[in-house]
Amino acid sequence: MASEDGQDPRISRIASSIRVIPDFPKPGIVFQDITTLLLDTKAFRDTIDLFVERYKDKNISVVAGVEARGFIFGPPIALAIGAKFVPMRKPNKLPGPVISEEYSLEYGTDIMEMHVGAVEAGERALVIDDLIATGGTLCAAIKLLERVGVHVVECACVIELPELKGRERLGDKPLFVIVNAA
Amino acid sequence: MFAAENGLRGDPRLQAISEAIRVVPHFPKQGIMFQDITTLLLNHKAFKDTVDIFVDRYRDMGISVVAGVEARGFMFGPSIALAIGAKFVPLRKPRKLPGKVISEAYELEYGADCLEMHVGAVQPGERALVIDDLVATGGTLSAAIRLLERVGAEVVECACVIGLPEVKGQHKLNGKPLYVLVEPREIDDCY
Repeated sequence: MASEDGQDPRISRIASSIRVIPDFPKPGIVFQDITTLLLDTKAFRDTIDLFVERYKDKNISVVAGVEARGFIFGPPIALAIGAKFVPMRKPNKLPGPVISEEYSLEYGTDIMEMHVGAVEAGERALVIDDLIATGGTLCAAIKLLERVGVHVVECACVIELPELKGRERLGDKPLFVIVNAA
Repeated sequence: MFAAENGLRGDPRLQAISEAIRVVPHFPKQGIMFQDITTLLLNHKAFKDTVDIFVDRYRDMGISVVAGVEARGFMFGPSIALAIGAKFVPLRKPRKLPGKVISEAYELEYGADCLEMHVGAVQPGERALVIDDLVATGGTLSAAIRLLERVGAEVVECACVIGLPEVKGQHKLNGKPLYVLVEPREIDDCY
């Protein structure tokens, strides 16, 4: 992530275009709403450009986007860097044979799925989502890709919630974010 | 209307796009031949061509809003929006959007569902494109059109990658033009 001093000038507009909504989905949670970023054509363009500039020369052949907001950022990046886009979905959405990974939520668990055959062993992948909180979802995505022999080069998010320590949960997997929502 | 009947007859990109779509029989239930666009997204050239065909069509139409229907509309809409300089507005299932919303109900085969849009995302007088991966009965797209019209936007066209037979010959949906790239394929031995 860019440091405070040498911060890319595009970042402050991106950060201010994100709307903060208190008490969603429940009291006490402050929700980072990227839909307003998508309404600011320059901020959205700059967000994609920042990711593309970082990844275009890293030989990445797979961009895996986590449902559903990862589907908004992932495909434009994939198209710009010449990679395929692979949706990582909630259960029972993908129509073909899938592999599944269970992961923890605050209360209970959920499941993430990826199509069999979407990626091949040895491919280099980027995992994208709009936000990293605890890192549970991203870890599930990494596991799915690694199970089929893919090398996850980095995880990329628009926003990080550093207090929730998702970066630590990713362990040795690098994380790149544009906005720090402390 | 189908792209091949509207200026793109014989365009080799359309055949490649069609062939990149996988047919999955009996999903989500017996008798349905599901048109799976995830294989199109794995084919960089075909995916890029899909977006380029829409961008070429819409770039000079003064469109300031691309509204994409959750979730597969999210895979195509943002790239088109970015290329034509429009904003992207996600149209979502209930309770996903965190701010104030307006809702529009629509019919399913059994029962009903609801599509939501954030209040303030779209201004009166804006010209909008609605995008989804596939149009079948048109129920979802009709709900999308109603949402946008309720806030005073003008829906210029609805665009889908695939159009099922029910829509062939229908140039309009709710009075709005419909633009579709390909028809569904039958199952074959490729997949």
